[in-house]
Amino acid sequence: MNSRALRRTALIAAAATTTALVLAGCSNTGTTAEPDDEVDSDVSLTLATFNDFGYTDDLLAEFTAETGIEVVQNKAATSNDARANFFQKLGKSGLADVEAVEVDWFTEMMQYSDLVAPVPEDLKGRWLDWKEQAATDANGNLVAYGTDVGPQGICYRGDLFEAAGLPSDRAEVAELFPTWDAFFEVGADYVEKTGKPFIDSANSVLQGVVNQLDIAYEETDNSIVATENPDIRAAYDTVVDKAVPIAAYAGQWSEDWYASMAGGEFAAMLCPPWMHGIIAGEAPDVTGWDVADAFPEGGGNWGGSYLVVPANGKNVEAAQKLADWLTDPETQAKAFVNAGTFPSQIEAQESADVTGFTNPYFNDAPTGEIGINRANAIEVATYKGPKYFQFHDALQNAVTRVFDGLEDKETSWNNWVTEVSAF
Amino acid sequence: MTATDSRQATRADSPEPLRQPRVISFSHRLSRWDLKLSPYLYISPFFIMFAIVGLFPIAYTAVISFMDWDLVRNEGTFIGIDQYVWILTQPHFWTALRNTFSIFLLSSVPQLILATFIAAVLDRNIRAKTFWRMSVLVPFVVAPVAVGLIFNAIFADQSGLINTWLEGLGLTAIPWHVEPFWSHVAIATMVNYRWMGYNALILLAAMQAVNRDYYEAATVDGAGPIRQFFAITMPSLKPTLIFVIITSTIGGLQIFDEPRVFDQFGRGGAAQQWLTITLYLYDIGWGQWNFGRAAAMAWILFLLILGIGLINLLVTRGLVRDEGRRGAASRRQIRAQARAAQKQVKEAQR
Repeated sequence: MNSRALRRTALIAAAATTTALVLAGCSNTGTTAEPDDEVDSDVSLTLATFNDFGYTDDLLAEFTAETGIEVVQNKAATSNDARANFFQKLGKSGLADVEAVEVDWFTEMMQYSDLVAPVPEDLKGRWLDWKEQAATDANGNLVAYGTDVGPQGICYRGDLFEAAGLPSDRAEVAELFPTWDAFFEVGADYVEKTGKPFIDSANSVLQGVVNQLDIAYEETDNSIVATENPDIRAAYDTVVDKAVPIAAYAGQWSEDWYASMAGGEFAAMLCPPWMHGIIAGEAPDVTGWDVADAFPEGGGNWGGSYLVVPANGKNVEAAQKLADWLTDPETQAKAFVNAGTFPSQIEAQESADVTGFTNPYFNDAPTGEIGINRANAIEVATYKGPKYFQFHDALQNAVTRVFDGLEDKETSWNNWVTEVSAF
Repeated sequence: MTATDSRQATRADSPEPLRQPRVISFSHRLSRWDLKLSPYLYISPFFIMFAIVGLFPIAYTAVISFMDWDLVRNEGTFIGIDQYVWILTQPHFWTALRNTFSIFLLSSVPQLILATFIAAVLDRNIRAKTFWRMSVLVPFVVAPVAVGLIFNAIFADQSGLINTWLEGLGLTAIPWHVEPFWSHVAIATMVNYRWMGYNALILLAAMQAVNRDYYEAATVDGAGPIRQFFAITMPSLKPTLIFVIITSTIGGLQIFDEPRVFDQFGRGGAAQQWLTITLYLYDIGWGQWNFGRAAAMAWILFLLILGIGLINLLVTRGLVRDEGRRGAASRRQIRAQARAAQKQVKEAQR
């Protein structure tokens, strides 16, 4: 009797289904949206970033007010999306006028440094030495504009420290961690007293240790030394023996890791300034986080990005102007206030916006000043060759296998050696 | 009769002048072309599209698979079969192969059995038929990434829903992201969730096409629903079942989305517990930018699917009885008859 009505409903449902399918299909490919530089290419530039660089619409509007050039920003969700997009289009067409590149895949980009426009001579010397050095190619050209750096400090839960009989005052905590040995001792002590994990993950410790080596897996001439480098073996041993027992998880960014942060399961994290925003965002209800102005064995850098100008872009000169402006000390200080991206420019680090910055979430810790101290403590910039990412990823897997109890220390190391000899 | 005869006669006398005029009008010629060419033109869009987006990439992949390819500079050097040798000597490749088959079996087999069952239920006279039929398709509409996010929250090792329940019941938590088998189960669950309704609807459509008279006759003969299902429904489903099995085999061997979103890195786990062939292919291609190897891998996968597809077809044909011979002689009997007939012919020749 009302089968017609039913049929109509079915038809509508089917149509909706199809639409949804088509939309779902589009959204997959739509994430790497093409910049529409068709719109008045004389006065419009495109800028491609990922995550949050702190380049708000208001900030970009300032550039437009100064120069009359419109800027359209495309944000990729993750650095991996940006990487895939970048290498697919590099040397061809379709890249934005200014592209953001993350340190993790920066050396891969450096293999094609001839495809990006060099930074004008007069800007040299504006960045931290090691930041600039990493962006200088074999011909001595500086090819990328440094944006932020990740000078690591230690974030800790003051309340949990106190409950475990450890000091909770920022200055006193900072003195607990002069070396990795001291760090692991405090951790083991904490685990013994509370029965809870001390640090969030074992692989973040590996990251911290490896980032203090001069060379990791490749010599500066890109010859591979991964399996022979005694420092790497030592780092692996240390992490497996001492960090695994005190860590809550093998690696970061997993479902469990986020849930654990929100639940306040662990007491400390190695944290570059960009991590502050992540902690505050993921665990809004957890109180007691604080930042200590310390890092075992001095300093260490984790993360940070560059801006590059593809050489075959339509408006290379205007794009260089934009990259220059975005990485100029004043803008960098503003970006730091917007998103916590710690400036790589010497002058920006002296700006009052940065030096006087405190973070209310972290018990009003002077994170700006801590960042500067941590940045100054960095003595080495690990050389990361084109295959750094692959090697490091495989070594992290080796640590994870031990953590999960799938393999013992030696087996896991040997498997890593076999695996990376194929690269 | 006479008309045709006379025409033949005149033609035999003077064939040339009486034939159709040599100068054909343009419209006439056009209509002849229309007759000859149009069918090809009408179907050409597909073949042109296929050549551009199907054939060309396949051929190009074959070429690249013999080269050391630089994507950015779009150039490469010919190195022969090295890429294939490299892949076949990788332990990861064999692990990936194992995982792919394991996930494929864990998903396809229960999925098809359940889908047939659901379709059989939907085929019966139930209330609000359309509602139930549409609702089994809902999971298929959900984007795979969304499915991944939801199931990740369910299958997380510590904070996941299932493990919380298990622990609540006093059981031990299952290490979903550690043990290969359990990770395969978790991924297969995602696949089943997504594709079961889709396959059920296809099978349902085939069931609807079965002549209702058979069922009536069977009911009159006293056959119950189960007997009817195996004696009437299943044999009638044969062509559809072959289609569904082949498509789910291809889909199963190309499984990518679900293992990709199973953890935060999307590279198959620290000990390659849930690394599948396509995931490995993707990582070689888009993670390591080694397109030569990725292309070789794609061809290996292609050959694999081809092989498995053929085996599948043969097995399915053998297992599911032929529709036309329902109730009549079995395969063996037919063969026996044929042999007997041949014998007779040979004897007669003698």
